[in-house]
Amino acid sequence: MQAFELLQPTDTREALKLIAETKGAAVIAGGTNIVDLMKCGVASPSTLVDITRLPLNSIESNAKRIRLGALASNSDVAYHSGVVEHFPMLSQAFLAGASPQLRNMATVGGNVLQRTRCPYFRDPAAACNKRHEGDGCDAFEGLHRMHAILGTSDACIATHPSDAAVALVALDAILEIHGPSGARRISLEEFYALPGETPSIENDLKPDELIAAIEIPLGRAHRHSTYLKVRDRASYEFALVSVAAGLDFDGDRIGAARIALGGVGTIPWRVRGAEEALVGTTGDSAFKDAADIALKHAVPRRDNAFKVELAKRAIVRALETVRLGQ
Amino acid sequence: MTATLTGRKPLIGTPIDRVDGRLKVTGQAQYTADMPVEHVAYAAIVTSTIAHGTIRSIDTSAAAEIHGVLKIFTHENSPRFTQPEADFMKALVPAQTFMPLQGPDVVHYGQQIAIVVAETFEAARAAAARVRVTYDLSPALLTLDDPKAARTKPEEFFGSALQTERGNVERHLASAAATVDELYTTPTQFHNPMEPHATLAQWNGDKLTVHEPSQWVKGLQNYVATVFGIPVEDVHIISPFVGGGFGNKGFSFAHTIFAAMAARELKRPVKLVLTRTQLFEQTGNRPRTEQHVRIGADKDGRLVAIDHASTIGTSVAGWFVEPSGRISPMLYSCPNVRISHEAVWLNTPAPGPMRAPGETPGTFALESALDELATKLGIDPIELRVKNDASQDEEEKLPFSSRHLVECLQLGAKRFGWEDRPRNPRERREHNEFIGFGVASATFPGLRSPASARVRRDKESFLIEVATHDIGTGMYSIIAQVAADALGVGVERIEVRIGDSALPAAPVAGGSMSTASVMPAVQAACLKLRESGGNEAEASSAPGDEQGRYSFHSFGAQFVEIRVDETLGRVRVARALGVFDCGKIINPKTARSQFLGGMVFGIGMALMEDGVFDKRSGRVVTDNLADYRIPVNADIGEIDAITVEHPDFLLNPIGARGVGEIGTTGVAAAIANAVYNATGKRIRTLPITPDKLL
Repeated sequence: MQAFELLQPTDTREALKLIAETKGAAVIAGGTNIVDLMKCGVASPSTLVDITRLPLNSIESNAKRIRLGALASNSDVAYHSGVVEHFPMLSQAFLAGASPQLRNMATVGGNVLQRTRCPYFRDPAAACNKRHEGDGCDAFEGLHRMHAILGTSDACIATHPSDAAVALVALDAILEIHGPSGARRISLEEFYALPGETPSIENDLKPDELIAAIEIPLGRAHRHSTYLKVRDRASYEFALVSVAAGLDFDGDRIGAARIALGGVGTIPWRVRGAEEALVGTTGDSAFKDAADIALKHAVPRRDNAFKVELAKRAIVRALETVRLGQ
Repeated sequence: MTATLTGRKPLIGTPIDRVDGRLKVTGQAQYTADMPVEHVAYAAIVTSTIAHGTIRSIDTSAAAEIHGVLKIFTHENSPRFTQPEADFMKALVPAQTFMPLQGPDVVHYGQQIAIVVAETFEAARAAAARVRVTYDLSPALLTLDDPKAARTKPEEFFGSALQTERGNVERHLASAAATVDELYTTPTQFHNPMEPHATLAQWNGDKLTVHEPSQWVKGLQNYVATVFGIPVEDVHIISPFVGGGFGNKGFSFAHTIFAAMAARELKRPVKLVLTRTQLFEQTGNRPRTEQHVRIGADKDGRLVAIDHASTIGTSVAGWFVEPSGRISPMLYSCPNVRISHEAVWLNTPAPGPMRAPGETPGTFALESALDELATKLGIDPIELRVKNDASQDEEEKLPFSSRHLVECLQLGAKRFGWEDRPRNPRERREHNEFIGFGVASATFPGLRSPASARVRRDKESFLIEVATHDIGTGMYSIIAQVAADALGVGVERIEVRIGDSALPAAPVAGGSMSTASVMPAVQAACLKLRESGGNEAEASSAPGDEQGRYSFHSFGAQFVEIRVDETLGRVRVARALGVFDCGKIINPKTARSQFLGGMVFGIGMALMEDGVFDKRSGRVVTDNLADYRIPVNADIGEIDAITVEHPDFLLNPIGARGVGEIGTTGVAAAIANAVYNATGKRIRTLPITPDKLL
């Protein structure tokens, strides 16, 4: 880790000014990701702007939505009664990630900005297009069992590591972003950028902007939902495959569906085609059809080919679990 | 046999709390990295990012600009050292044959190529990251199947033969009623003790004091003295607390030399703490094994032949070879047995001993094969093992001092409810999960080495001193128990000093031999003090001619019940029971911790641990605790360990054999066997991850 200056603004306007005007600045909140990246030499900010003193940690709800302040901790959100009641998949996703110690430190704003766990990204001696565009990608021929099969490009196959972001894209979450010219809103799903030829660009956040809040609309398919995570050990482990799934039954027919996948995409992977295929069906064989649709464009490689089948099975299992809970 | 005051319940055999427990849970136990020293400088290691080649240039100018950097040692300016040859009998065992920092050669990824010393830990780490290196690359040998890699047939492992045959294996395999012929693979594994390796080196004139977590203070003392060419008594190793080792703090590593080198050159104390990644690169590993096992039996299930051929990765930087076939000549009765070991010399970090080296991967292969044989013969796996129990060590042609494998199997079967097991694969199911039962034998040698101990009376209390080690095992406690019984006092009147090379000699905390070696010396010293009525006594104790008359081994049986969610490939160990035959148990509480820890180690091996070298760069890709998975609490279901107590007085007057390693043996096979019982799928390549069960 290289030496850095630490700035600790107390209001949002001051913080925005600092990140806009300080060359080489990075933002730190919980620090569970940036500090790790600084230790392994992937990030070397000359200044860290600590935003934990900003008043952005409240969780508010009304009849239509729940609004999570960007600095609310993963634990706060996971155990919030409104979240547990209205968005079970989100509470479960948060609790499926990391460990209690990390969840107490990590913030929801930081969570959606998590960098990949690709071991070649994390090793400055390896070739990585995400760190240095044009360098090549050592993961293609190297160990890529944990890597993505959806949304990949010739430049990058790194997986987005977040659990919560998978649930959030399934829940139609909206980011509230503050910048020098005020606030703007964007859906989380649109916020993420596919790697394409520019894998270093991971999302729509500009260097002079901060995520202030995440809003999630209430809905029946949000309330009847689950998060299923398949992994190599029972806890403290990234997903091989995860599924955020929600269903709204209208009688015995599905009125609305939400499906997003984790562990398989270069970004949290919403599968609208699969959702649409479920609407109007009774489930059953439609679950399998939806799973096939969701993985139709998968591009597996040597070590991660198993994820295609595993993801299909996990989708069916998650949907069955939601239906059982109706 | 133990001397106690008349009518007083002996402490030996009593589950007392750890005498050092309070120090540890209150944070008062000072580990090496915690040691406060005035005017200390901090060292950080720079490592190679290629597996094979030479350093063309090493530019330290950007690193030297970091405020507080004192000196950067590279191969261009480092003092010269020679790696001594490993000689276990002389208690001098470098983990490697290669000594880094002596020239531009790089022989594995993660090799030490520079040592940065600075006023602060932070400056040392920052500067280490700024050392710029260019290389001339040579082709690296990285996989067992590389045709360019040198292959050798090592003769022995610490005196045990690695290429042996008795009878005629081929003939009896050809005529056997049932045979199994399969390849079993175990991946590279890493020890991952909680505490990283660390050295605090301080010179006082020509005398050197080294604080370092060590499983062998005498071995490290000899190593450091030999490399620096100074008298052994001028080197003092201090290691009161060790935050786990599992074998990788037993042999001697070059980082100790580099910290002492820096301290000598800078004329001030130097502290060096390895990073977690450097533990993967520089402190040993259990090498990958590919074991081709062929076994044959007659129609009644009597073994007629075993062929156990192992191909094992080792390192051009090292010498260690995993003796995975060693169990096959002695675990069961079989007239025709052949073992062979082929070492493949690679540009990977040097391997070393890891919790039951040989027995752990070896039992996975042999005990899986036995389960396959039981299936083919339609015989209960326990019955098959009982039927083939050996009445003597058929390799050494010696009677066992004590062998109760059958009792372990049968007692375990009763306790575990083996009768209630699903008889056929895929027979039992609850909701989404198949249920499977598995069993395997466990075994580890009963070793003993010479040891000495000293006792001093200080008013009402007694100080016991031995250069042995407590690596989390409970050594402090059991010394106090043995001493208290011998002196006829309560344990609260015993103080124990260990982990110091200046104390009376004891062997490496390896080979599960400390208890069997040290306790007789402690007992003898205390009895001597009592008899003499003096204030100080020292005694030595060593194995005698019983070593040529008996074969000493511990045995055990591992039982598991697993749940497999076949749709998702998830395996959960719902229940695990180990039954162990390790002679007299001195402290059932600390011994149980050892057994359970060993079993958890085995669960990790079976289900998740997988060390991977990048096939092009040679880097340990899984060089951290997120990518190299070891079990967390949530992975462990119901777990228990019990013992059958048959004191082994032929081994030593206490009747105890060690308990540190046997708990790991057999676990992976029991789990793989249970996976077969649950699903009908036989997994012969560890770990058993979800992708292998889809």
